[in-house]
Amino acid sequence: MDEIDKQIINALQNGFPICDAPYQQVAVQLGLTEQDLITRLKALLDNGTLTRFGPLFNAEQMGGALTLAAVKAPKERFDEIAEIINAFPEIAHNYARNHELNMWFVIATETPEQVRQTISAIEQQTGLSVYNMPKNKEYFVNLNLKA
Amino acid sequence: MLDKIDRKIIQATQAGLPLTPQPYQAIAEQLGLTSDDIMMRLSAMQNSGIIRRIGAVPNHYKLGYRFNGMTVWNVPDEAIDELGQKVGQLEFVSHCYHRPRHLPEWPYNLFAMVHGKSQEEVDKQIQQIYDLLGGNNLGWDILYSTKILKKTGFRSSSARKSNDNQTVTD
Repeated sequence: MDEIDKQIINALQNGFPICDAPYQQVAVQLGLTEQDLITRLKALLDNGTLTRFGPLFNAEQMGGALTLAAVKAPKERFDEIAEIINAFPEIAHNYARNHELNMWFVIATETPEQVRQTISAIEQQTGLSVYNMPKNKEYFVNLNLKA
Repeated sequence: MLDKIDRKIIQATQAGLPLTPQPYQAIAEQLGLTSDDIMMRLSAMQNSGIIRRIGAVPNHYKLGYRFNGMTVWNVPDEAIDELGQKVGQLEFVSHCYHRPRHLPEWPYNLFAMVHGKSQEEVDKQIQQIYDLLGGNNLGWDILYSTKILKKTGFRSSSARKSNDNQTVTD
């Protein structure tokens, strides 16, 4: 990743034009050729520096339901619990965190009822209480990391 | 609301935008539409918030952001909206939400994700939130992610019914 790659990453996190030749428009702003921008963007996606390039959808606006939830997984059962939880297709992310509530996951479903069903199924299969923390309000969402 | 054509466009762009000089034209050809159709509908979805933005999503770790913390704060309910707006505006906060407490063991109702390249950088960020909350801070904690156990995109309901592609949100 060189300075030009960093400029591309920073510019493209802020949005992308909707016009006939959007790569050309961004390339001009960065002092690159269209082909150079496309080639570098492809390399950044291929090597995993960028996980994605395209529209970012708001799942709830599309009619889906989301929640953040956590469990206290006993150390000796941690891997087993992770395996049970990850096996649900409704689990979008799952992170280990350094707290007594040590496993935090996002449940994404089509309806709120399915969120409740997934939580009950996880409680049943793990024997643990699920701490459900759906958002009451969103103040800000925009992951923008300067390269 | 989304119609059938919107859903087709969502499905066609879930994996990302085509890396060709005229990406919207490429999607149009794939769906048998015109590029004007695609651009108008994408703009409308962006204006209505169904699309948060069109852009690049970096891997935190590849950019050197190894310290990704979920800071959680206990603030008075009557002040949380004002405080949440302010915390969300800090440039290093990527997500900021009001979530329910689970008393007595989980007293925190304000969540803010922070990202830094060093412990020192994250400590400074926490200090800024701490200072901003002032007397409204009744307790706080930070939970660092120690391991990604699973990470996928979210599936859109339309996509899940018809194929196995995934819709990525942030």
